[in-house]
Amino acid sequence: MTRLALVALTLPFLAFLLLALVPPLRRRGRAAGLVSIAAVGGALAAALALWRVPVGAPAVGVWEWIPADAGPLVTVGLYVDPISQAMLVLVTLVALLVQVYSLAYLDEERAPALGRYYAYQSLFAFSMLGLVLAPNFVQLFVFWELVGLCSYLLIGFWYDRPAAARAAVKAFWTTRLGDVGLIIGIVLLWRATGTFDFATLFELAGGGRLPAGLALTMFLIYLGAAGKSAQFPLHVWLPDAMEGPTPVSALIHAATMVTAGVFLVTRAFQLFAAAPAVLALIAWVGAFTALLAATMACVENDIKRVLAYSTVSQLGYMMAAAGAGAPDAGFLHLLTHGVFKALLFLAAGAVVHAVGTNDIRQMGRLFRALPQTGIVFLVGTLALAGVWPLSGFFSKEAVLAGVWAAHLRVPFLMLALTAFLTAVYMFRVVLVAFFGRVEAGGHPHDAPPPMAVPLWVLAVLTLAIGARLALRGGETAHPPGWLTSLSVGLAAAGILLALLMYQVRVVSPAAVSRALAPLDFAARRRYGIDALYGALYRGLLLGFSWLIGWIDRYLVDGVLNVLSALTLRAGDRLRRIQSGQAQDYVYGVAFGLLALLIVSRLWR
Amino acid sequence: MTLQAYVILSAAVFAIGLLGVLTRRNAIGILLGIELMLNAVNINFVAFARFNGDPAGMVFALFTIAITVAEVAVGLAIVIVIFRIRRTIDADRLDLLKG
Repeated sequence: MTRLALVALTLPFLAFLLLALVPPLRRRGRAAGLVSIAAVGGALAAALALWRVPVGAPAVGVWEWIPADAGPLVTVGLYVDPISQAMLVLVTLVALLVQVYSLAYLDEERAPALGRYYAYQSLFAFSMLGLVLAPNFVQLFVFWELVGLCSYLLIGFWYDRPAAARAAVKAFWTTRLGDVGLIIGIVLLWRATGTFDFATLFELAGGGRLPAGLALTMFLIYLGAAGKSAQFPLHVWLPDAMEGPTPVSALIHAATMVTAGVFLVTRAFQLFAAAPAVLALIAWVGAFTALLAATMACVENDIKRVLAYSTVSQLGYMMAAAGAGAPDAGFLHLLTHGVFKALLFLAAGAVVHAVGTNDIRQMGRLFRALPQTGIVFLVGTLALAGVWPLSGFFSKEAVLAGVWAAHLRVPFLMLALTAFLTAVYMFRVVLVAFFGRVEAGGHPHDAPPPMAVPLWVLAVLTLAIGARLALRGGETAHPPGWLTSLSVGLAAAGILLALLMYQVRVVSPAAVSRALAPLDFAARRRYGIDALYGALYRGLLLGFSWLIGWIDRYLVDGVLNVLSALTLRAGDRLRRIQSGQAQDYVYGVAFGLLALLIVSRLWR
Repeated sequence: MTLQAYVILSAAVFAIGLLGVLTRRNAIGILLGIELMLNAVNINFVAFARFNGDPAGMVFALFTIAITVAEVAVGLAIVIVIFRIRRTIDADRLDLLKG
């Protein structure tokens, strides 16, 4: 069983090695893409085969890494359990579809750039799979950083655009801030328990033998998860990450990497459960993030950024569920969201590809020009809005049920409001872009097959997962009866409001924003968080640089200048006794000898 | 004649030589001063050898004479070369090493 997982893990790595070490292949572009696609396709086959194997206890295959006297200190290996099985399928599936899609989407790239893109994609697939399969915190951290690196490289894929380069650095910095917490947390956990292994840690947690006082440790580990999963206040990087190519946004910044934080909390839930205060914090922060991001999505005009804020919002949902003690609900939402958000991003990419702008105000009547894209986008939107019987409905309901069951009333209200806002902003995009009255420029047309096929696959999967969940019924969660009506009602109310505002035009959007003027003002400025960080970053950096510069210029250089001036002056004085006349030197020798003789006489 | 007289003679010749080396401005004069100093040493060697009955001092004197000849040859050659280049052998004006 671990052998299948190993196959899934190594195939993308081999593809990456091939593309990285064989430049002629990489420079071929399209051929490089096919290599990468074949590898991730093989990984998907392995993941699917692995998925069919029922797992009782987690299967662990480990190899020694860092030896120590009493057994190896750190191991590397594979940890296969239902969570990693499902993640494997999600990651390889979305990665495969995205890579196929990219062949058409990045058609106009130069061949070497395309090869570079696929090398990064393969490395990302490998890193994400390694992260998912990690059997201990150290391996998890290594792959955690690797996916961060790939994210940086792919956001900055168009590195000659200043905005993309800045966004890449911003993403790297912000997530690194959380990662500092993560690595400190891992080391603290090791000091408290003496092990990095999940299996051992879970055994300790299961037996209630975890040492007390883990709250700080788990909080630090959560920091890493919050950075990766764009939780408030570290959410600022994700909307900017949309500067990368759209398929990258779909794969990394919607479906897989950003869910790594949720995955970590789910994976280590037993450990988090030992620190209830941290769990409560996770739930509150998650719910707050969900609401905050949803309000920002309502006023955003860039189609990709709307989806980015929506991703932040849904990640908040997942985190809230995990924090409320329902990690299964959060994880279910992770899986369904991964599929339909990838669908939405890829469909948005098809729209952008066809229209040539990201701004929804310059789009309109696209449903007639792009019927296929319109239909799949609508499927994704309905799923995200939580309309029965699509997949998003069930996972969202499970999350709400979990939060309600944990008696977290305020976070529950925030999440319910978010559900309403989600329906509003998503239908705003659909109505403005696909049914709006503005005529889009150019001759938009439906996407070519390499782009259309992944869209349809994801749309069908969204429907199929929904149907599967509908048929399975509420076998895990038992939500209160009114929850379903509330959930459907919120979605319907949101859709209705969006219709009234943007289609029937009974309610003027301008009037709504006037009525909520302060909120509108703040949301349009991203609540000043980006500006605050910018000012802090700039202030601290510039202040610190100024200080360092002052020390270097005046203290360090000052001492050196004084020393060199002294040396120069002393040298100038000494120079004058060198007259260059041989007789003067002989005087020196003669009188020196005389002096020595006298001194030696007197000394005796 | 006592040993002391030889030593005084030697010291006097040495002092005169040194004075010449230090004060003469002509390079030839400086060389002559060096000759005097070396010959003062020779007087010392011979005198001590005679009074101590040890011929080694005399052998040393012979060596010194030979070396002195070589030194004068080299010294005069240098002086001639300097004269050819600088058109002077005035020691005061040979100050290329001035710092």
